[in-house]
Amino acid sequence: MNATAPAATSVDWKTIREDFPILRERVQGKPLIYFDSAATSQKPRAVIDALRHYYEHDNANVHRGLHELSSRATEAYEKSRQRVADYLGAASADEIVFTRGTTEGINLIAQAWGGKVLRAGDVILLTEMEHHSNLVPWQLIAERTGARLRFVPVREDGTLALEELPALLTSEVKLFAFTHVSNSLGTINPVAELCAKARAAGALTLVDAAQSAGHLPIDVQEMGCDFLVFSGHKMCAPTGIGALYGRAEILDSIPAWHGGGEMIVSVSLEKSTFKKAPHRFEAGTPNIAGAIGLAAAIDYIERIGRAEIFAHDAMLTAHAIDRLAEVPGMRILGPTEKRGALVGFVMEAAHPHDLTTFADQQGLALRGGHHCNQPLMRKFGLPGTTRASFYFYNTIAEIDRMIEILRDAARFFS
Amino acid sequence: MSSELEELYQEVILDHSRRPRNFGELPDAAVRVHGDNPACGDEIHLAVKFREDGGLEEIKFTGHGCAISQASASMMTMKLKGKSRAEALEMARVFHDLVTGGPTEPAYLLGDLRLMRGVRKFPQRVKCATLAWHALEQALRQSAGESTITTEAP
Ligand SMILES: Cc1ncc(COP(=O)(O)O)c(C=O)c1O
Repeated sequence: MNATAPAATSVDWKTIREDFPILRERVQGKPLIYFDSAATSQKPRAVIDALRHYYEHDNANVHRGLHELSSRATEAYEKSRQRVADYLGAASADEIVFTRGTTEGINLIAQAWGGKVLRAGDVILLTEMEHHSNLVPWQLIAERTGARLRFVPVREDGTLALEELPALLTSEVKLFAFTHVSNSLGTINPVAELCAKARAAGALTLVDAAQSAGHLPIDVQEMGCDFLVFSGHKMCAPTGIGALYGRAEILDSIPAWHGGGEMIVSVSLEKSTFKKAPHRFEAGTPNIAGAIGLAAAIDYIERIGRAEIFAHDAMLTAHAIDRLAEVPGMRILGPTEKRGALVGFVMEAAHPHDLTTFADQQGLALRGGHHCNQPLMRKFGLPGTTRASFYFYNTIAEIDRMIEILRDAARFFS
Repeated sequence: MSSELEELYQEVILDHSRRPRNFGELPDAAVRVHGDNPACGDEIHLAVKFREDGGLEEIKFTGHGCAISQASASMMTMKLKGKSRAEALEMARVFHDLVTGGPTEPAYLLGDLRLMRGVRKFPQRVKCATLAWHALEQALRQSAGESTITTEAP
């Protein structure tokens, strides 16, 4: 990584750490070093308090009761939708569907949009670096409709082979779905460029923002995407909540997916009529507390500032890459620049699972394995990697401690 | 270094993982079982030749994976050569108890393999230790031909 570590910002990162009660936890008797935020982030007190406040003061079902608590819950829930819309730069809250997370958002589009639109011979364009959750749903709908999958190759350096796009983006391509930030390589893909090329070829676009929504500024209108999905739990919010952004014109054209309460206008024994988007896609009692927690997480993140978080991420990641290179037998995956807050690596001396077990005994939480990227690991000829992923509550000192632990592991296993 | 780590990665185990014994092909094997731990990417390809009386004449493996999976396979093959089917099955059962903290006492059956006991403190690593043994059990079930097993239920 070239030394583009940005100048220190005005944020007091030390105080911010204190917002996360779990960071005081000890593991195996050692202070916790949590380097697995790409799997799920930790939660600040502001989010935990918002959940508690909701359950202690406002809890009721939404869109149903005429009583005071139901109005409060409904208002908080719909305000959260607006908060998500603003956070993503969407034109309207009607473009935001609450989901359980990234995976559910992709399945919704694959099943409901894909089920309506896809015909035999159509193509869904993906990339070789997709998380299983942006691959398997497309395999399922392809099997049902006779559509085919096609993949943008990943280069040796972990970037997409963009020169191949013109040949891949043919008129059969109905949708191009790709990740914003790779969860195993750290690559940040040029979203606006990819969306523009897809649009020029007549294809819709879906951006998997699981690894970016809490880390970099996102504006769906600037990106020019048709769909964008993310998970709250990777950006300080609770598990079980996320959102799908769908450009109004497209979202309105998609038929209902799950049926049930909340999503209907009227129901007879034979037939029902459905609400407009986004409510058409939210059958049953939604994750009300989750949505409120997500809005609290957005408030929290925006108080720090996404540009500041991104700069802090970049500083940590650059430091980690510089220091990892000092460890003997180390191979670092992914591009040397333009990367997200994570580093995947393999160490000659130790298998990822031995390494993560070793690290865990020192209180260091790393992730080892295929990271839901089995095809990508196969392509690179790796059974898996070890991943250290960072968030704004991590520190340089923690990274330096990781390097010591990795050096010890190299000595221990060889 | 924590004592649990030292118990898990005993010198003998690390030695087997660095220089696995009985590692290689067995061209005239009667059974080949491919054992796969998809959650971790560990792979063991076990090849077995039986005696006339059904006992294990020759047993070799290839594969790759973490130190625990490779050492377990290496130590297993050393222990099993020359054993009868019944003995091999009994050892598989006892080994399973050894690494999961199960009820079996006659761990003395296992000799050196008892060193793998440290795995019981690491529940996430039990599958690594038992992969080779699952492959063995499959090999004993089928007696001839080729098959694949996985640690995840299909
Ligand atoms: C790039 C990417 N896409 C999708 C997902 C799936 O997210 P979730 O499990 O929250 O639905 C993840 C999370 O691991 C991810 O990193």
